[in-house]
Amino acid sequence: MATEYFLRMGDGQKIFMTKEDILADIAAGCADAADLGDIPTLSEDEMDHMLDIITAPGRIVGVEPGMEVPVTHDIGAIRIDGDQGNSGVGIPASRLVGSMIHERAFGADTMELGHIDYSFKPVKPVISQEQQTMEVCQQNMVIPMLYGAMPNMGLYYTPDGPFENPGDLMKAFKISEAQESIQKAGDHGIRDMVWIMQKLQKVGSDGVNFDTIGAAGDGDMYASLNAIEALRKEFPGMYINAGMAGELVLGMHGDLEYDGTRLAGLWPHEQVLLAEKAGANTFGPVCNTNTSKTSAWNMGRSVTFTKAAVEASSIPCHADMGMGVGGIPMLETPPIDAVTRASKAIVEIAGVDGI
Amino acid sequence: MPIAHIMASGMTGMRAAGDLVARMQFAKNMRIGEAKDFVAKKLGVENADLSDEFVMREIREDLDIGVITSVPGCAKGIAAKMNIEKLLGIDINCCDTFRNTIA
Repeated sequence: MATEYFLRMGDGQKIFMTKEDILADIAAGCADAADLGDIPTLSEDEMDHMLDIITAPGRIVGVEPGMEVPVTHDIGAIRIDGDQGNSGVGIPASRLVGSMIHERAFGADTMELGHIDYSFKPVKPVISQEQQTMEVCQQNMVIPMLYGAMPNMGLYYTPDGPFENPGDLMKAFKISEAQESIQKAGDHGIRDMVWIMQKLQKVGSDGVNFDTIGAAGDGDMYASLNAIEALRKEFPGMYINAGMAGELVLGMHGDLEYDGTRLAGLWPHEQVLLAEKAGANTFGPVCNTNTSKTSAWNMGRSVTFTKAAVEASSIPCHADMGMGVGGIPMLETPPIDAVTRASKAIVEIAGVDGI
Repeated sequence: MPIAHIMASGMTGMRAAGDLVARMQFAKNMRIGEAKDFVAKKLGVENADLSDEFVMREIREDLDIGVITSVPGCAKGIAAKMNIEKLLGIDINCCDTFRNTIA
């Protein structure tokens, strides 16, 4: 009987496969990304390297000494005190305490402050509190401290926001009205994101992490890129990370452009060029995890997309490697064996500058 | 999960020199190799030492750029970041804000 190795499904379930089957899944994941993005697949050596990582005997694996990279964060200290049924662990602690725990206890390379809702829009009514907290964090911490939030254009549409829901308009075949609503929401979002970060830069923030750009489609990316451009113009020294929501920008509008490039349908190696043009310092490429596929398939796909982005980029790429992205299972408590294997593969094969 | 990434691939922040390398990526758009070369040169160490807690512990104390454990008298918070500014030759926003406050 052939030797079988344990790995994970995209939902985190433990499975066992032979080396031959694992390698076949890696190749299939790579081929899927290469086909969709019209990018090179991984070489045989790179696929063999990924196979070695997946079948390594230890529960935990790590990069070779000297290949370590800085780690950035999303959601920030909310993972400590968050207690609303999301990924927070509900420990009563201030965000300053949570941030200092990351710095002093967890060995975080960077940190970020985030509002409990983690979207830009709801920060506006509590901006003074965010400013005070950022100020106190900056006074006490040493590692780079960004402000993190999601552009989340979905909050700008009815029933949560002022603009008519483009989904409802499209269902009524009001396509041009839906496009107009997306454009207006995007323009409103730009004003909000710039205003919020002007306030936070004033009290000493190191910069901003735009988290999950494009989650609401091309309007979301349009707003984010224009906000980045405006902030870079006003604050030349500000740290700006542009982190994406998915490997493909969905064309909810379809015709929106940034600097002459249509946003709908862009893949990571194309997204990074616009983030760079807008003025981001670092870019976060993403590849979503397919829960019905194995971690071998998901890692092959993720590393292929990310490697193409890293090679196309001239700014550092910090790959998004949270729950349900980057080959990591879609689970709030992703198994450590799967996390460390995806982590090692994205650094050693895709060549990312950070995570 | 973030701890798993930090242990598998991270530079462990102030335990070593991860915060310094990250700052150069953000401040000057440096790719990982360039950022490590730059920081290693400033510290007078090899690139591999940037993730070595044994090497970096003494260097961080000597340069007074913040250490991860409680050491009485060592620079903390903005004071440590002001020393990082001098070491890396960069401006840090909160240090500028602090200087403007006391001016």
